[in-house]
Amino acid sequence: MSLAVKIFWAFVSMGVVTVWGLTLGGIIYKIFARVQGRLGPPVWQPFINILKNNAIRTGVSHGIMFYLGPVFRIAGGIGTYMFIPVLFGSMYFSNFSISGDVILVMYFIFFGQLGMALGAGEGGHPYSALAVSRGLAQMTAFEVPFALSVISLVIQYGSLNITEIVAAQQGSILNWTLFTNPLAVIAGMIAMLGMNMHNPFSIVIAPQEIPIGPPTEYHGSFLGLLATNRGVFNGAKLVLFMNLYFGGATNLIVLMIKTFAIYMFSVFVGASFPRFRTEDSIRFFLTFPTLIGIVSILVFSF
Amino acid sequence: MEKDKIDDLEMMDLPVEEESDLGFTEWRKDEKTLLNLGLPEEERDWFCDARPQVHKKSPKIIEDFLNWARAESLWILAFGTGCGAIELRPLLTARYDISRLGMAPRPTPRQANLFMIGGYVSIKTLKRIVRSYEQMQGPKFVVAVCSCAINGGMYWDSYNTVKRIDEFIPVDVYITGCMPRPEAVLAGFDRLKQLIRAGKAEGQNLYAQNFDYYKANQKRIIKDWNMPDYNW
Repeated sequence: MSLAVKIFWAFVSMGVVTVWGLTLGGIIYKIFARVQGRLGPPVWQPFINILKNNAIRTGVSHGIMFYLGPVFRIAGGIGTYMFIPVLFGSMYFSNFSISGDVILVMYFIFFGQLGMALGAGEGGHPYSALAVSRGLAQMTAFEVPFALSVISLVIQYGSLNITEIVAAQQGSILNWTLFTNPLAVIAGMIAMLGMNMHNPFSIVIAPQEIPIGPPTEYHGSFLGLLATNRGVFNGAKLVLFMNLYFGGATNLIVLMIKTFAIYMFSVFVGASFPRFRTEDSIRFFLTFPTLIGIVSILVFSF
Repeated sequence: MEKDKIDDLEMMDLPVEEESDLGFTEWRKDEKTLLNLGLPEEERDWFCDARPQVHKKSPKIIEDFLNWARAESLWILAFGTGCGAIELRPLLTARYDISRLGMAPRPTPRQANLFMIGGYVSIKTLKRIVRSYEQMQGPKFVVAVCSCAINGGMYWDSYNTVKRIDEFIPVDVYITGCMPRPEAVLAGFDRLKQLIRAGKAEGQNLYAQNFDYYKANQKRIIKDWNMPDYNW
């Protein structure tokens, strides 16, 4: 396949995953509302919100980095997505998966948040700066179990390529990492709770405490861009976790079922637990999930 | 009633008192530039000195579509100035649940587009109302809840409250009652949605168009004006 066709298909698949990511967000709002005994917004509400935000007529700027913050964020989202093979064995939905892409993807996951930190910092709102410092602290903490879990997988499968990691899990449900290396999956899934920023790790956006977190000053199309990124990035993260731990997917239906189930894990935890404070969440990530990650590496090293 | 009011306001330029206490001509340099005289001299450079401008609408078919989106996604900045604010809580919880109408509370004025003033407006609060309203990005809509925000209500002869919030910021929908039931607030939101969809909730443009009128009224009431003349 020529490069142009490959790029075209990469963007088509990104559109599909973005729409799915946003719809998933709408479904999650609905589920949270039902847990609270409400009807909740329609599942297409995230799309209307993006439309409305982009239709805002006025805008306020705080400087160049303020503009670049959301751009970095969505660049991080797209960058993460572009190197993850979406469907195993598909010619069109395999993106730019290369050897060593798992390292690249791990880097891109954190790239967006760093860019956003710079942008939100220039917004000048004290709550933005506060939320950014909390976010970066928590991010550094959950990166440890996630990195350990990925290292364990790399040792287990002897490869840094996501496509090869998925290929090794084909054949039977018992070949999934979930069953062959459960300790790494536990560490990785706990790290995902921190990544998704639902309770108990929602201290970064803490809606009732520091109004909305880093994007406090963002409005209009800036916010539209950030909301779009939520679709891209959520989709990319879920596909990554599906590929690493749950055997990947060979068609879109399987992808939807698996990503929905993976997301529901953090939603269930989020609906049942209260919020950690920053120091508690850091202490949590650096104890049990980190120990589990280290043990999972040791198991496959000897 | 709201429809007639909006139609009327679109037609006319509101009268401006030329000789207000501060003298409105003193606070603007020319048609487009504000002086920000309320600020200390060294701080004036930090703030924008541009007046709000009237924004043109998109072509009708696009504007109708965008207005539909705006009506279906109202983010509330709730300003609990008085007892009416307590009506917002039942609206958010299981019994009335405004999230099914696409509405959600938003804690920052930058992201909200519906300003809900819940009750009487004291002179001290008016300053915060003006600041919050001007920080919201347009198109923005204002709903005034309770009798006190409409005509002073039980604070009619109080020395410390303003009677008509309409003189200071443009209001789209009033919801009467002391206090209105949540059903009445829902009916008010429904009315606002109709106005938005019909393209008649253009409070932002009204504010820009009659900026001198509103600013003169605000300056007449707020004596310790220590903020920019327009809070971007």
